[in-house]
Amino acid sequence: MLCRKLLGRCALRKGEVTLQNVRTAAHFTYLPQTPNPALGDTTKLNMFQSINNAMDIAMEKDSSAVLFGEDVAFGGVFRCSLGLQDKYGSARVFNTPLTEQGIIGFGIGVAAAGTTAIAEIQFADYIFPGFDQLVNEAAKYRYRSGNEYNCGGLTVRAPWGAVGHGALYHSQSPEAFFAHCPGLKVVIPRGPTQAKGLLLSCIRDQNPCIFFEPKILYRIAAEEVPVTDYTIPLSQAEVLREGSDVTMIGWGTVVHVLLEVAQMAHDELGVSCEVIDLQTIMPYDSETIEKSVKKTGKAMVVHEAPLTQGFGAELAARLQEECFLHLEAPIQRVTGWDTPFPYIYEPFYLPDKWRCFDTVKKLVDYM
Amino acid sequence: MLRQSLCKLTRPVLTRGLANEATFDLPECKLHRFDITLPKTATLTRDDGLKYFKDMTVIRRMETAANAMYKAKEIRGFLHLYSGQEAVCVGMEAGITPTDSIITAYRDHGWAYTRGLSPSSILAELTGRSGGCQKGKGGSMHMYTETLFGGNGIVGAQVPVGAGIAFAHSYKEDGKVCIALYGDGAANQGQIFEAFNLAALFKSPCMFTCENNHYGMGTSDVRAAANPHYYTRGDAVPGIKIDGMNVLAVRDFTKAVTDWMRAGNGPVVAEVETYRYYGHSMSDPGTSYRTRDEVQEVRKTKDPITQLKSFLLEGELATNEELKEIEKECRQIVDEGVDFARTSPELEVHEMFNTIYMDMDGARIRGADATTYGIHSP
Repeated sequence: MLCRKLLGRCALRKGEVTLQNVRTAAHFTYLPQTPNPALGDTTKLNMFQSINNAMDIAMEKDSSAVLFGEDVAFGGVFRCSLGLQDKYGSARVFNTPLTEQGIIGFGIGVAAAGTTAIAEIQFADYIFPGFDQLVNEAAKYRYRSGNEYNCGGLTVRAPWGAVGHGALYHSQSPEAFFAHCPGLKVVIPRGPTQAKGLLLSCIRDQNPCIFFEPKILYRIAAEEVPVTDYTIPLSQAEVLREGSDVTMIGWGTVVHVLLEVAQMAHDELGVSCEVIDLQTIMPYDSETIEKSVKKTGKAMVVHEAPLTQGFGAELAARLQEECFLHLEAPIQRVTGWDTPFPYIYEPFYLPDKWRCFDTVKKLVDYM
Repeated sequence: MLRQSLCKLTRPVLTRGLANEATFDLPECKLHRFDITLPKTATLTRDDGLKYFKDMTVIRRMETAANAMYKAKEIRGFLHLYSGQEAVCVGMEAGITPTDSIITAYRDHGWAYTRGLSPSSILAELTGRSGGCQKGKGGSMHMYTETLFGGNGIVGAQVPVGAGIAFAHSYKEDGKVCIALYGDGAANQGQIFEAFNLAALFKSPCMFTCENNHYGMGTSDVRAAANPHYYTRGDAVPGIKIDGMNVLAVRDFTKAVTDWMRAGNGPVVAEVETYRYYGHSMSDPGTSYRTRDEVQEVRKTKDPITQLKSFLLEGELATNEELKEIEKECRQIVDEGVDFARTSPELEVHEMFNTIYMDMDGARIRGADATTYGIHSP
């Protein structure tokens, strides 16, 4: 049945796209950010370059900052730390063994002793051996010491989300696991400009932060990025497109899916959608989304992670609690399915524009 | 059954008759891939000896008091007592400086005391009162000072953190070292080996110290470890096995090891052989996996306080009366601590919502149900 639906969708793509092409093509179109003129000169960077730029600035301005992880010395698998060891030396940018629990525990110690620690976990899927260190050590250090100690100087970076061919262990979106853990901050950018500003905020934030980088955007996403040192505040969602009929909330890659769907809804249905990039998953900006949903009365949350206990569940619960009398339809979640992340079924699994568009129709048609 | 490997009590050899100082033979250490020159004798001054005696006695009495308070339900939850292991924290502290870093596991009361926390603040932490060293928010397993990076509730989790702290010391070139402690049970956790390897690669000055009290909860070390020679388990990391019931051995060998680390040589895995008199925690009577005779035998022949006492008396550094006087003083300090722990005010409820984050002043934190909120204060 799903298969037939997908074929139907292919037909919607005017027949010129074969099923094979659908499998290898990105499931979204990247929409570049227009640079903020107040931030001055810009240069064209893709996301791995803007992350590299952010770490370069962080290390240049903070002589205590160190960067470590598997293979980061020669740039890391996604090239984010390219050239940084040459610039800052092997005492500040260095490889670790393949030891995620060790890397994160080590990072907590480095940060607790007053040094800025930027730890890279090679894929977010590999973060689980370090789960205990993040949940039981990093998140609780401040609280359990009655504020005497903290590891706020720690930022853990990890490539995250679907990439087109990543299969089970190079595609996952584990943000909801960490959102269940007061004391941690979890941040996900939607492109190069956000990645630079948000990563600099995380590195300088005095709380342990997890920064998930949508890995499909490392190369695909390129735009004019301000050259200067700037930060984007954490725990602030951004309204990317204003609308009056449906609120669409996402983070990371799906934001671009939503922007396209909003345009489709406008063109084909005459429906006005408001698109919100949550940006910080925890502690999240409930004010912005509540305000929007009180206006539109209809909401959908979209994420790549599975449906059950995904972060959409928290947002839906909060919205019904706070906006109950404004709601005109049940809050919808468009997400990955409750299965392991599948290899050959990736196009079926992702909340693509067709599934999102379908949900917009369902919301506006709800009686 | 007491293992023969528990070293024989070293007989102190009085070489000089000075009232203020005496020299004793040190027991032999076992070494693993470790090229180090160790002292053969230890000098104990009267002042140091009396200080060690007082510290060890305070810890012993404090743990006895905590045991009684737990049984009276004045302390709830988890409680792990240090009795029997006092020579480890007192000896290691005497071998390093107060500015060096320490991180340990959940059996942390002794370390909290030797790092400078008062018995009152420690006992009040156990009762969860606002006068506790962490305002009652950490409890038995989480005590901190500026240089004590905490007791820790997850078995083994503190060890990679210790490797990171040691790295920060070498990175900042501040000349300090870190002592990362764990038990013989935790020694089998995978992350400990990750930490050894990291510290060895980065030559971090970390003294990984296995306080081997011979029982990981209710399982003896030889039944839990294929290789129970913990000092050898760092592989390429040099190892040393120290008699942890002899405070002078612990002090002087810690000093030798940390001097070696301060010279930029990298980490060391130390096994400090000791014994715990109580069970693993308060829910363990401590008698189902070892005999009462074994515990009595250790108390009789290896007790760290009795050993130190005999150094002081045979070295003619103190009189029996003086020591009795100190014991009385210690009893009073702990009694006052118990009173304080009982009477210090309970923590106010709003504290529950505080210090989760550095910022977010005024943020609403959801309480027990959807209508109850607390206001966060950083």
